[in-house]
Formats: sequence, C-alpha cells, structure tokens
Amino acid sequence: MSLSIRLTINGAPRDIALEDARVTLLDLLRERLALPGTKKGCDRGQCGACTVIVNGKRVNSCLTLAATLDGAQVTTIEGLATGDRLHPVQEAFIEQDGFQCGYCTPGQIMSAVGLIAEGRAGDDPERIREGMSGNICRCAAYHGITLAVQEATRRMAEAEKGDAA
Amino acid sequence: MKPFDFVQPRTVDEALAAWEPGAAWLGGGTNLVDLMKTGAVQPAKLIDITRLPGLDTIETRADGATRIGALVSNADLADDPGFARSFPMVAEALLSGASGQLRNVATVAGNIMQSPRDAFYRELDPPSDPLSGGASLAVLGTGGRFAAVNPSDFAVPLVALDAVVEVRGPGGAREIALADLHLPPGDAPGNSTALRPGELILALRLPAAAAGFAAHSRYLKVRDRTSFAFATASAAASLRIEGGRIAEARLALGAVAPRPWRVAEAEALLAGRAIDADLFAEAAEVALSGAVAVGGNGWKIELARRTAARALAMAAAGTPARMPALPASPFAPQAGDLIHA
Amino acid sequence: MPDTLAHPVRFGSNAGQPVTRRDGIAKVTGTATFTADNSPENLLHAVYVPATIARGRVTHLDVAAAEAHPGVTMVMTPGNRPALQGDPSAKPTMFSFRIEVLQDDSVRYAGQPIALVLGETLEAATEGARLLNPRYAAEPARTRIDDDEAAPVEPGGFGRPAGVEHGDVAAGHAAATKAIDVTYETSAQYHNAMETHAVVAQWEGDKLSLDVPSQALLMSCAGYAYFFGIPAENVTIRAPYLGGGFGSKAIPTGPQVLAILAAKETGRPVKLMLTRQQMFGPVGHRGATRQRLRLGIDDGAALTVIDHEGLAATSSFDDFVEPAANASQGLYAAGALRSAHRAVRLDVGTPGPMRAPGEASGSAALECAMDEMAEAAGIDPLEFRLRNYAETEPGTGKPYSSKALRECYMQGAERFGWSGRPLLPRQMKDENGLLTGWGMGTALFPCPMFAADARATLRSDGSALVETSAIDMGQGAWTALAQIAADSLGLPLDMVEFRAGHSSLPDGGVAGGSGHTATAGGALHAAGGDVIRQLGEIAAADPESPLHGAGNAAFSARDGRLYVDGDDSRSDSFADILARAGSAELVGNGSASRAPEDAEKFSMHSHGAVFAEVKVDPDLCQVRVTRMVGAFAAGRIINPKLAESQLLGGMIWGISFALHEEAKHDPRTGRIVNADFAGYHVPVNADVTGLEVLTVHEDDPYVNALGIKGVGEIGIVGSVGAIANAIWHATGHRIRRFPIRIEDLLTA
Repeated sequence: MSLSIRLTINGAPRDIALEDARVTLLDLLRERLALPGTKKGCDRGQCGACTVIVNGKRVNSCLTLAATLDGAQVTTIEGLATGDRLHPVQEAFIEQDGFQCGYCTPGQIMSAVGLIAEGRAGDDPERIREGMSGNICRCAAYHGITLAVQEATRRMAEAEKGDAA
Repeated sequence: MKPFDFVQPRTVDEALAAWEPGAAWLGGGTNLVDLMKTGAVQPAKLIDITRLPGLDTIETRADGATRIGALVSNADLADDPGFARSFPMVAEALLSGASGQLRNVATVAGNIMQSPRDAFYRELDPPSDPLSGGASLAVLGTGGRFAAVNPSDFAVPLVALDAVVEVRGPGGAREIALADLHLPPGDAPGNSTALRPGELILALRLPAAAAGFAAHSRYLKVRDRTSFAFATASAAASLRIEGGRIAEARLALGAVAPRPWRVAEAEALLAGRAIDADLFAEAAEVALSGAVAVGGNGWKIELARRTAARALAMAAAGTPARMPALPASPFAPQAGDLIHA
Repeated sequence: MPDTLAHPVRFGSNAGQPVTRRDGIAKVTGTATFTADNSPENLLHAVYVPATIARGRVTHLDVAAAEAHPGVTMVMTPGNRPALQGDPSAKPTMFSFRIEVLQDDSVRYAGQPIALVLGETLEAATEGARLLNPRYAAEPARTRIDDDEAAPVEPGGFGRPAGVEHGDVAAGHAAATKAIDVTYETSAQYHNAMETHAVVAQWEGDKLSLDVPSQALLMSCAGYAYFFGIPAENVTIRAPYLGGGFGSKAIPTGPQVLAILAAKETGRPVKLMLTRQQMFGPVGHRGATRQRLRLGIDDGAALTVIDHEGLAATSSFDDFVEPAANASQGLYAAGALRSAHRAVRLDVGTPGPMRAPGEASGSAALECAMDEMAEAAGIDPLEFRLRNYAETEPGTGKPYSSKALRECYMQGAERFGWSGRPLLPRQMKDENGLLTGWGMGTALFPCPMFAADARATLRSDGSALVETSAIDMGQGAWTALAQIAADSLGLPLDMVEFRAGHSSLPDGGVAGGSGHTATAGGALHAAGGDVIRQLGEIAAADPESPLHGAGNAAFSARDGRLYVDGDDSRSDSFADILARAGSAELVGNGSASRAPEDAEKFSMHSHGAVFAEVKVDPDLCQVRVTRMVGAFAAGRIINPKLAESQLLGGMIWGISFALHEEAKHDPRTGRIVNADFAGYHVPVNADVTGLEVLTVHEDDPYVNALGIKGVGEIGIVGSVGAIANAIWHATGHRIRRFPIRIEDLLTA
C-alpha cells in the first residue's frame, strides 16, 4: 500500500510517498529524508535519543508511525539553529559541557527545548532533572545537562522580556 | 514488524465500521507500536483514531462529573489546571509515569489499556525463579495463577475515585466501571480486558463526588530509580476529612495485582475514624491481607503495605500547594507545605 | 558546580585551559556523523536474528517465509554462508575474542547471531529476520555463577589474570587480632553505549571501506582484514565520532563481520545497526563476580593481610576473567597481600573489558570490606585508610611515580564535611525523616600507555595540520589532543587543524585503559617537537634569520615564532623561516610509548577519594544518592572542563553499579529478560544531584613526557564502595550484593 503524507520539516513542506506504513518518523528522517541528526538509541521509547518536536511538543520519534502524521510540523536538531546562530539551548549545552560522546545530544537538546516550552520546570534544577529524565545519557553528562537547561531557560526568559519591552 | 493495513477514519462511526478481527486501535501508539516491534502483537490492520473529532477534550458535565476524552494526552490532562485542582492525585500519578515525551503522546485510554511489561510473563511460562525477584509479578487478584502486575500509575487513583469507562462498539454504547475493566488472569498469557471485540473507548469519567477528596489526596510510587521507572509498589490515597475525622476514604494499590487494586475493606475501616498513624498501618494490613508471594517476592507484599500506610499519612497531611518536583516520589518532601511550593 | 578544579600549571598557552569542545557545534547541531548516519547509494539493510536459547542447536529456520517477504533480498544462514578467509576462533589482534559468524548451527549464548537477513529497507529486513522463527534443540542453560564448577584460571595475558601474592599470607592471617571474612557479589553488566554497535560496509574489488565505531582503528583494520584474507592496508575505517565505547568497541564483533561479508557477497553497501536488545550478547559485558575478602588488622589497626579471592563468570568458549581480585594490589600497606582468580564457564556471551575492568568490581568489594574492617576496629573509615596508607607500592616496595592520594583524602573530606560524620550507623535523619548516611572509598587506577604515531605539518602561512588516528568517544580527544598539539608547535589552538578518526592517518593507538590522551597526545607532542627542531636547524643555518648562528642554543616556540631560549630579542616567525627556505611545508613525525626503564622502576597509578551521601526512606527503602565529592590526582590535566566531565561520568557509573545495573537471566532459557533500557536500569537525570569533582595536581616526570595519567575510568573506582558504605551508615545494613535493591534493604 502507498500512503502520501505532507509534513513540514524544519519549516519546509515535504510531500512524502510512504510505500510502507511501518515506517516510524525516526526511520523516515534517518533513512529516507537524509536527516540523520536524530538518533536511534533504543527504538522503544526508553531512552529519548530520538526526541523531536511534533506540533510543538517533544515526542519519541521511534514510536511515532510516520503515516499518522499527515499535516504535522516537525522540528529536528537540524532545524534548531537559525543559520549560523545557535539556539540558546545549543549554546548552553556547549558552554556547560552537557555532553561527551554527543550521541544522545540531539535528543537531549530537543527534549530541553520541549521542556522549556512546557514551562514545567522553570530554572528549578530538581524539576529540570525530573523533566529531562526521559533522556538517557550513558556518558552521564547529566550535571552539565541540568546546568545547560537552567542557563538556557534563564536566557530565553530574559530574551523574551527584552522583546516585550 | 508485520505489515498491516492502515486506515485513518474521520468519524467514530467510520472507525467502528473499519474494525474487523485482527484490527487494533492506534492512539498515541507508545505501547502498541512498541509491542508491534517486539512482535508481541501483530495486528493485520491499524485503525488510527487520532483524527476522530471530539475525543480530546476535558469537560464538566451537568451532573458535575468530569468527562475525559479518550484521546486526551497524559500530559494535557495532568497539566489542566482545573483537573489537577480537583483530582490532584490523578495528576500526580500521571506525572510520575513514563517520561515527558511519552506523556505528550500517550492517551488516557491507552494508559489504562497498557499491557503488562514483565518479560517472563509476556513471552513464556510463569516464572519460578527467585532470581527474577518477582518485582512485576502480582501478589493479589491472581486467582492462584501467575500474573504480571498492571503497569499503569494513572489507573490506580482512577479506580479509587470510581472512574467509569465509556465505550462504543458493534453492540452500541455502554459503560464499564474501571474496576471491572481488567479481567482476572485466564489460561492464556497476557492480561485481557472486558472490552468486547470492536469496542472503542471514547471517554473516561469521574463522578462529581470524586472531587470531594481534593484537599487530602496523594499518589506514592516506590521505584528502582528516581524517575522514568515502573512502580515496584504504589498507592493512591484520598481522604475526606470533616471535623478532624475521616468522613470517607479511598485507597487503591498499584503494581500488586493484574489490575489497579482498590481495597474497599481498608476504606471501610478508615471511615469515621480519627487520623492516626496506627490506623493507617491497620488499614494497610487489611489492604494486603489476601496477598500471596510469587517467585520470591514476599518483600513486595511488605513494601506495598508500607506504601499504603505512607500514602494515607501523606494524604492526611494534605495535598501540596504545588506539584512536587519529583511527583509521587518518596524523595518529594512529604508534608503539605513543600519546599518547591 | 563551584570552580573546585585546581588549575594546573600552565603548559604552553593551551593545555591546562578549560577549552570548550572543538566538536561542540557539530554535536549540538546534529552534524556530527556517527556510523549509522551514513547511507551510501544503493544501500542494503542487514538485520541479524539473535538466538533465544542459551545452549543447544538451531534445528530449523523458516528461510522460505523470510525470503518471501517483500523487500528481503538475501537470507544468510550457516547453510549458505559464504566462506570467510579467517578462522572465527582465531584471535588476529590484541584484545580479540572468538566471534560467532554462522560457522555452525550451535548456540553458545542467548543473543548469538544465528542468521542474517538483508533487505531493501530496514523494515523489510527486520520483518524478514522475525519470520525466520527459529526452532531449537535446547540444552539446559547455565547462567548463574553456581551453575557449573569453578576452576582456577591459567594465567595467559589478556583476559586470563595471574594471581599475585606478596609477603607471608598465612602469617598475616595469624597476626591479625581482628579479622573479617566477607563475600560480595557483583552482577553481569552490559556496556550499552548510547550508539549501538554498527557498521556500513562497502567493497571496491578487494578494498574495503568501513564506517564503524572503533576504539582502535588500525588494530581493527588488521582484524577485519584477517577475516577477509586481504592486507590490512586494504581496509579503511572512518570513525570521526563514537557514541560511547566503554571498552566494547575495541575489536571486530561477529555481527559486524557478517554485515561486511554480506556486502561482499551482494556487491552492494550494507548497513547494520544492533538493536538495543542485541547489545546484550555478542559485544561483551562485565562478567558477574563473587569475591571473598579476608582482612586482618593488628592492635594498631594496621592491616596484616588482604586476602582477596575472585570468582568470575566467563563464556563457555573463550576467556575473559574479570581480574577483580587484583584491585587489592597496590593500594593499602598490608603486611601480606594475596589475589587469586577462579572462573566458571557459563552459557553467556564472552565478557570483556568494561570501564575499569577488574578495578570497578574489585574495588566495590574491597572498599566495602575496608569499611567493615574499620567498623570492626571501631575507627573512622578515612582514619583507617590513612593508617594503612602506602608510601611505596605494597608488596613490591616500588616507589610511586607520583601519589597525591593523601591530598585527595584531605581535600575531598574537607569539601564533603566528613569530619562531622558520626561513627555509628543510623544516626542521621534529614528534615523529612529520611535516613542519611555518609560513606567513602579510595580510587586507584593504573596509567598504562599504548603506542601511537603522529604527524605534524607546518604550513607556509604559519598554521599547522596535525594528524593521528585518535578516537573521540566522548572523552574529548578532538579538543584535548589539539591543545597538546598546539602547545608542542607553539601555536594558538585556532591555528591548528587536527585530523583524527580515520585509519589512513598515523596510528593513534587504542582508546582504552585511560591511556589515550597520554599516548596519542605524547605522539602529537613529539611530532610537534620534531617540527620545531627542524625549524630551528633551518633558521640557525639561515644567514637572513635573526636566529642565525644560534645553533647551539635551545629554541622555544611561542605564538608562531621561534625564540632563542632566554633571549626574547632574538626570534623569527615560522612563516618567515619557511618562506626564506622556499618550503611550502615542514613535516615532523613523532611517536610515544612508555619508557621501559621507568615502567620497571615505578608504580604508576592515578588515585582518588570519593565521599558519598545517600538518603534512604526508612520504610520504603528507596535509595537516592544526594551528594558525592570525588577528589582525584591524575597527573597533569590537559583540559579541566572535559576531565571534570569524565570524572563525573565515572562517578555516576559508580551510582549505576551500586544501585542499578544487573542483567537478569531467565534460568529456563538463559535469555536476559531485561535486555532493554526499561528493564536494565542505568541512572537517569533525576538520579544525579549534588556531585562535585576536585582534581589535585601532580607533576609526574616518569609516566610520560606530558605527565598525563588519564581520567577515563578512575571515577567509577571507589564510588561504588562509597555509596554502599553510605547505605550501611544510613541504615545499619551491609548489603553484600550489587546492585543494592529495595528488596535487599527491606528484608535485611
């Protein structure tokens, strides 16, 4: 069976002919759309490496069948920076050394972007830890990750204040 | 994954008409897609119900009941200010489960329909080996058989609050008490439910009276790591306190039975009594009185007992003003006025 | 984290600085390319079928069903597998293991590859693999340490540790006025790097190009070449980034060899990526151990004996015996020391080196035993360790090349607030009624060096290219090694282009044993030095150069200029020297390895002290590590920021070892039932709070030219014991089995 779906990925509309309904969003991005920045760590929703933003919310792309997504807006790690200008979360991850091997990092960053948008944690480190617990880092860069999310949250809040003023 | 047909109906009628034996409803997919990947379930047809209109709202009905559309996400329900205010332990249970990503996608109906996760149980004969620890084997409600515990956190406070499941199917619409949704273990592996073939959950409903517990209502979840772990034992406790006495109590246990385990006897014991630690211990004792250890998990019975007693004490202390930073965790401060409030 | 890292003496202008990762932008933008991110044209996907029994034979595979699945292009089984030129049971290179590549129908452990399916899509190959639906003739599985007879280990190098005995052990036991005899158990643990093992293989004639995560590029080339009967130089490996390794990615594994074979057979590129579940089997693990420790002290609480016997699980067909008991050598000044090893063969995949192999498991038991001994002596655990502080290596009497362990103890204790610790357990509660306990452990890790080569090329514009096939698996090679190279050339970091992660470069050696920065860095340092030496010769001989005639003086390089030592008025720029010489570039070569005479003369180790606070719910017995301070002395720290991250990561591995990691086998099938991240727990973010690292600087002139000891593994050592000891201090319960679980405390 063939399905056609339209996705807006990192701002660009894409018409996709899906010859196979089994394809997950993760495998669609990595194997068919040449967007391998999103990583496969467990393929079962247990590690968060595949986190992307779908319609404004962080999700595990490994458990999302692409066929269900017709019309969706998808943001991946490749679409986060604006040209050469890094997103505040990306900047903070570098500054706070919020990664080592870098494999879980795209998922961590997209999860952090989602968490900050949810407004659930603010800059409370304990709430950030809880909110980021769906993203496993085997190098265990958690200390830097928490600091990075805290720092980015503050910076984004300040920037927003600045914009409003 | 076995190939399947994929349909995306636009109305409930279309969805029901699309059903055929071997078909499965696809909501958030966080459980179903995983099970399809492991081969544990192999539907021939997926009916994507996420486009069905009207199933993603939370509303208060004229009779005061709260009706939660089947497709409302776990996160949206927990974050709904009105809902969290009226049913704080339900919100706390939701937020103690899974991860932020999963809660954004998983639906409330999918949550209560989760499959057991015990690998021994899912794939093989019942375990006999104490090395497994039996952490996910049921100690209550098994009818003498081996069974995996129901993994849902959400269902535990719901069953305590008399939640009802609204379904529609080939035979029309009907309601099932959540307490009756999960059937006792049968001969086949895998837990089964009271849903008939082709029936679709449209909503969950909490009666108006359920909001009467909001001031003293906690969910407590013991687990092997601080977050993103299934419960080893959990309890939802609610008290309606009038004049320093317990007017009415609700108590349900999680991760001890093949279904969320409401303990009416313990509730009855608590009603009319003054708040007292010994009373809570006594109620917890009653709650676990029929428990039978399996695969070396006698410790789980004791743990569940202590969890129940603690949850009652926490409920008595009062619902926190703000959701704890670590929802339902023993490491969330236990008093009513929390550090992070 | 407060700025507690003692910044070491500046070494040039780059080393010693907390430079942010040079690969940071690539990693935060998703452009850092890991193996499975590569998708060459005309790619086939490979998926293998893991055995679901642990011992027996495969009697049937439904090949027809798999082949009939749309998109499946090939099913490889023992019946039709094309020939390999190499013997799967041979061990072509150092660190090799016997591999399973469908050589027969036998099953030696659950998770072993028993068939490989190729498909035009990943979905097709995955379903094809499932449709093979194997049937078996199964035999009873042996998966527990008591399931078979233990046997002494015949020493034989890698994987077969020799026992060690110093002093009169019997006399040491006899002299003890107080003694303990305790047995600790550790569980099987699986590396589980976030990036699962993978390969993308492409053949062109008899030339093989691989994207494959490897901790040893040139050695892996030789390994793969062996199996395919081609010269090692015909194999090219590209591995700019590894998504974690932890010891599991040093050598070729069976699944990777099979995928390469499939690429050869089909003439198309093949990609294979292990699933998370498949990480529990053919790619190594830390074998389970049972360790008996007998310690004795005299009336002054001086250790008369440490007698450490280790029993470790290994596979039925190969040898890797966790050298746990050796952790008791080299640390405490006991009158007599004995380490002995036995092994039991089980139906599990062959274990291998996993972050701090031997030290992690052995230290877990030793540091708990030390705590028990201190308790028996009635003295503070830190005081007990200080009383048994070794000024020279116990047993051998060798001097340490450097040892700032005492400073680690003092600074760590001070930072942690150890002096306020009650001696007896179950004395502390927090404001929420949680039992609180403090524990400590000592960390020890050797600082080996391998051998590496490097090349430095100074360009006419004064910039440089430095090259070695170094590996970045998260430790920060892209950054720290570039800092070393820049210093060796006297250039600012941004004037140095660094190429690594490719087998065509000079051999960067092995990223393992915490020795990569020392080894590859040493080679880069030497290569840069070679350039500067040649440059000095050219300048000194050049009448136009301000350095003319200074040939007998030493030169130093700074900011792209060469200076006469001690005379800043005489200098010349690199670019000018080259321009006048008419050279487009100047190439220097370097290599590094340990000086054998220093290795003979000195005991070389990193040291550390770890202090941990845990909270335990008094009724529910859930545990949380709420604070840890680790103080480490590891020679010169090249990049404090990255070193801190590695040490923190190691300490969190300590949390993981102490509280979480355990592969559980179903005794009926031998299958690991928790082979995924939902069942096999490692810490999540919420498990990590209040961690601090301090580093104590050491100037060590003997370990290597750069004074580097390495920080990759020592963080886990000491941390496990510290946490277990803190749990005892909180609860009064000694749990002598890892991980420590709720049920262990509840039933203690």
